[in-house]
Amino acid sequence: MPLLTIEDVAVELPTPRGNLRAVDRVDLSLEAGRTLGIVGESGCGKTMLSRAVLQLLPKKAKLTGRVMFDGVDLVRLDSERLRQLRGRDLAVVFQDPMTSLNPVLTIGTQLMETIQEHLELDVAAARARSIELLAAVGIPAPEQRLAQYPHQCSGGMRQRIAIAIALSCEPKLLIADEPTTALDVTIQAQILDLLAREQRRRHMAMIIITHDLGVVAGRADEVAVMYAGRVVERAPTPALFKRMHMPYTEALLAAIPKLETAPHTPLPAISGRPPDPTRPLKGCSFAPRCRYAGARCHEAKPELKAAEMPDHLYACFHPIPVTEEVGA
Amino acid sequence: MMQMAVRDVPLLNVDDLVVEYGLGNKTVHAVSGVSLQVARGETLGLVGESGCGKSTLGRAVLQLRRAKSGRVLFDGEDLTAMEGEALRKMRRRVQLIFQDPIASLNPRRRIGDIVAEPLIIAGVKDAAERKHRVHDVLAAVGLDPDLVSGRLPHEFSGGQCQRICIARSLVLNPEFIVCDEPVSALDVSIRAQILNLLEEMKARFGLTLLFIAHDLAVVKAVSDRVAVMYLGRLCEVGPSEQLFAKPAHPYTGLLLQAIPVPDPDVRPAESVATGEPPSPIAPPSGCRFRTRCPRADQRCSAEIPELREVAPGQFAACHHPLA
Repeated sequence: MPLLTIEDVAVELPTPRGNLRAVDRVDLSLEAGRTLGIVGESGCGKTMLSRAVLQLLPKKAKLTGRVMFDGVDLVRLDSERLRQLRGRDLAVVFQDPMTSLNPVLTIGTQLMETIQEHLELDVAAARARSIELLAAVGIPAPEQRLAQYPHQCSGGMRQRIAIAIALSCEPKLLIADEPTTALDVTIQAQILDLLAREQRRRHMAMIIITHDLGVVAGRADEVAVMYAGRVVERAPTPALFKRMHMPYTEALLAAIPKLETAPHTPLPAISGRPPDPTRPLKGCSFAPRCRYAGARCHEAKPELKAAEMPDHLYACFHPIPVTEEVGA
Repeated sequence: MMQMAVRDVPLLNVDDLVVEYGLGNKTVHAVSGVSLQVARGETLGLVGESGCGKSTLGRAVLQLRRAKSGRVLFDGEDLTAMEGEALRKMRRRVQLIFQDPIASLNPRRRIGDIVAEPLIIAGVKDAAERKHRVHDVLAAVGLDPDLVSGRLPHEFSGGQCQRICIARSLVLNPEFIVCDEPVSALDVSIRAQILNLLEEMKARFGLTLLFIAHDLAVVKAVSDRVAVMYLGRLCEVGPSEQLFAKPAHPYTGLLLQAIPVPDPDVRPAESVATGEPPSPIAPPSGCRFRTRCPRADQRCSAEIPELREVAPGQFAACHHPLA
């Protein structure tokens, strides 16, 4: 049985311009010890989906569907049970480590607070565990760090500390929402390696949410591509990159500047921009920007379904044929 | 002969530029003796991580931040020695595009007025002429002038705002534009549109660009030559293809290795434990990269490496360059 099953989840947010459908009927599942990458551009609903899993949606948001985690439906769980679960079995690392850490508490206080809240440890044991955790995430002189405040640490260090807090109670699932977007490229590689190493060691399930296909390419077992609130393609990572079916995935990958390409080569840009989420389209949301779109694409929404391979799902009436290897 | 000489003079010549900031009683060594040239019609990419001084360098070129020492020669004239009216006149020929397109547009002003503003500052008094020029640049960046002129910035997406910023930078027919992370706030699909637009505008208006970014692939896509900066100093500069294929400075090598490649067959190399950049308040002696460099030895801490030619057109500041 999968550790996490997201069933028919939809999130609607009321706005002055009408209801905004941030997440539109998403189904996903994740086994223990596996990594799922959720990729998409800003506004595609990837962060809202993760907030739906964590039950951290804005108050006005309307959530439908089920989020089964370790046998319980998080959507119907009372707030006290949720609070016990979050931080212990269900942990999260956010994009900006400056705002996710409390600026007026020392690093030690923040780490030990989480540990003592969820595990029955006395101060000395919690302190020892904090030091151990900081060392595990690659922080030099962890004992001295405990007495420091977040502003005394660099961005990379702060993200390491946020990861240490997230890992402190041995979570079953770690959600990393753009964990390296605020960091420099040399630090990004270190943080991604750290996450992968800790995941393997702890046999933890992980969801990496990112806008960067490069971040998930070598690190996720499976990738879900989101566009305008929906998952439009989902496949094991090698299949997604090598035999993509959804034109949006193809276009997204093609639009990334590559190191191998000669300078001044025009990029195959995707024309236009994503649709207004308060004005849902009748047909496929990508149709107005899609070079394969036909009349049917503007009339009906393609369902996310598998065709040739049972684990490769896509939502498209005119999928890219598999006969040739596309991409790269 | 005469023509040769004209071509040989770079449009921009930055000579041993030093920029420092005061921070309480400390000094931030943001740019410490950088020299570089940009030829007319060329795009020079400037890459480096946050805090390496690349934006400060861009601003110092435009004299938005005055240098402590060194010279910035634009078309043969020293901008660092200029003030007042002379500098304002020169600035018409040099423009700047910022990272955050939404923040760099006044939210209360209409697009037509925003784009016309540089013309007013430059003293173009004829309103019809201004309108005509604004119309032309808006059309050039792919916006419908009649549709957008009367609207406010909040009605546009990030990508469209960046188009507006580009239009504003073009309206005075500049020769040189400093682009400071022009696409890093944009989504992948929009980023490609703006990079293509910059290339198009460069060809159409005969521009010379200093393109500052942290993303090496983005920089390579548009640059003829690339300069790599680390902690206020230039590590390496060379033709884009050559520099990316055979980096000579270990820091360039590290940067290239750290980029996540969107290909699942490329296993990410386990990141070398290289730590983090030291503070520019107390930069290391000698080579500033030595504290993170696997090749560093005693010489690197004692002696500042000079930029030396390691291959035709490619210069690296390293005592132990990569083979």
